[in-house]
Amino acid sequence: MSVTSVPVHSSKSSLRWAVSDVLTIARRNLLALVRIPTALVFAVIQPVMFVLLFRYIFGGVIKIPHIPYVDFLIPGILVQTTIFGAVGTAIGLAEDLQRGLIERFRALPMARIAVLGGRTVADFTRNIGVVIIITFVGMAVGFRPSGSVVSYIQACLLMLIFAYCLSWGFAFVGLAAPNSETAQAMTFPLIFPLTFASSIFVQPSKMPGWLQGFAEHQPVSECATAVRGLMLGTAHGDATWITLAWAIGAVAILAPLATAQYRKVA
Amino acid sequence: MSDYAVEALNIVRTFKDGEVRALNDVTLQVPRGEVFGLLGPNGSGKTTMIRILSTILKPTSGVAMVNGIDVVKHPDAVRRSIGLAGQYATVDENLTGFENLRMIGLLNHLDKSFVIKRSHELLEQFGLSDAANRTTKTYSGGMRRRLDLGAALVANPPLLFLDEPTTGLDPQSRQDLWGIIEGLVEGGTTVLLTTQYLEEADRLAKQLVVLDHGKIIAEGTSQELKTRLGSTVLSVTFATTDDARRGGELIGDLSPMPAIIEGTVVDLTVDRGPALAADALRRLDNAGITLVGLALREPSLDDVFLNLTGHKAEDVSGLDADVVTSGRRAKKAHT
Repeated sequence: MSVTSVPVHSSKSSLRWAVSDVLTIARRNLLALVRIPTALVFAVIQPVMFVLLFRYIFGGVIKIPHIPYVDFLIPGILVQTTIFGAVGTAIGLAEDLQRGLIERFRALPMARIAVLGGRTVADFTRNIGVVIIITFVGMAVGFRPSGSVVSYIQACLLMLIFAYCLSWGFAFVGLAAPNSETAQAMTFPLIFPLTFASSIFVQPSKMPGWLQGFAEHQPVSECATAVRGLMLGTAHGDATWITLAWAIGAVAILAPLATAQYRKVA
Repeated sequence: MSDYAVEALNIVRTFKDGEVRALNDVTLQVPRGEVFGLLGPNGSGKTTMIRILSTILKPTSGVAMVNGIDVVKHPDAVRRSIGLAGQYATVDENLTGFENLRMIGLLNHLDKSFVIKRSHELLEQFGLSDAANRTTKTYSGGMRRRLDLGAALVANPPLLFLDEPTTGLDPQSRQDLWGIIEGLVEGGTTVLLTTQYLEEADRLAKQLVVLDHGKIIAEGTSQELKTRLGSTVLSVTFATTDDARRGGELIGDLSPMPAIIEGTVVDLTVDRGPALAADALRRLDNAGITLVGLALREPSLDDVFLNLTGHKAEDVSGLDADVVTSGRRAKKAHT
């Protein structure tokens, strides 16, 4: 046998270890994203397709008062894309569980929170990249945000935080599903009403009456309204604060729920 | 410090609100510095035991000390002193061999530069240097197991749990892995190994515990187990299965254990081999049955298991196997 090195334990406080563990797992998830072509397609190509679909195919028949449809659309697509990212959160956790990787992690002296924290942080990071890409794609198809750069960045941060908080709910779904295929299927009934029955693609005032109330005031619409207002430099009332309140409320409920589910299954 | 790497007392673990008893009052003492084998078919409770000892699962009752530390009270301290490699070779497919080891090393809270050095060292030791920068998706089954074992060794733990380390491997990969395990033990590591391969337990383990349906049904060295259950196997081969059945009936009462008839071969575990062989020959000759072959051999652990449980080790009752894995999730679906 070859000479083995004597292990050197690094000395850090437990909080710093927790952060380090979260980053280690996040890095691993991001590497996977780069190496699984379908994951990358799902993350980047799909939102680009949505941009093209609504900009050139449906866009012609959708009329929004006062502004070109493309300026209405791109902020909406950005919100939709960041929320769709949470599907990856659910699938990734379901896969880790299915493959027994989480079991291996359980036998390591790492922070308990790292598997969930690392997964959500990785998906948050991926969303940053996707937001940047879609911003450029949007500009290429005619999107002209008239707000300031600072408020554009504020808008991006708002939706990233909002999507991050929601992703804890999808983490719960991923941990509750028997396998990754089911996890994916389980996310759609949640994500479709939230993103399509909203102000992301069209104005809720054009929807049937029974749907309007929901589509107007549900959290994703508030987020889209706030993001659009910030990007276009138009009035959007309290939408930013309402969105933040939803985000904090969501994470306060969903994170403990996901953590409890993690303890149960792992 | 206790003399034992593992001391488990009266471990009980139930699943599905007590409906299923995966472990039923199991007591184990694993001495330091040797390979200890946990032998049994699927669903016998081996994996459940490993999961309890590696802090993944809490026992329903009983006390387990690993390296002198209580697994329920101080799981983190236990985790720092063990390595775990399993039958599912839980390496991350999307990472390279090196990245897998680095990740596990960092999650073991080891110093970064040490982790890098140690990862290369292990890749070298397990013949994976050339594949170090390839994603493990491209690895063969044997390579994955070696990497998985490497991951369990990053922190140089004094105690290693190996849950069916060679299940599903080809003979050459199995031999390779056995060699590695023997090397580790020479280096002072204690290994608790589960296996359903009797040959593996026989070759590696100094001491054995045989589990069936969550209970210990025998323990001792493999030699002791063989001796206890009859010293010789009389194996008679007949021309036809019909002859074998008739022959089995004729000579069955020569042994206190039931004759095992498989195809044209009848196996009989006996105490006084040569004398009984003559007896058997005489009886068969008188009945006019022609023999194709007759042999006396040392019993294999297969014979031992058969005699202990009345069923073959490979006999998997589907229900049992399901119960143990579905206490969790259908991980098997993926392998």
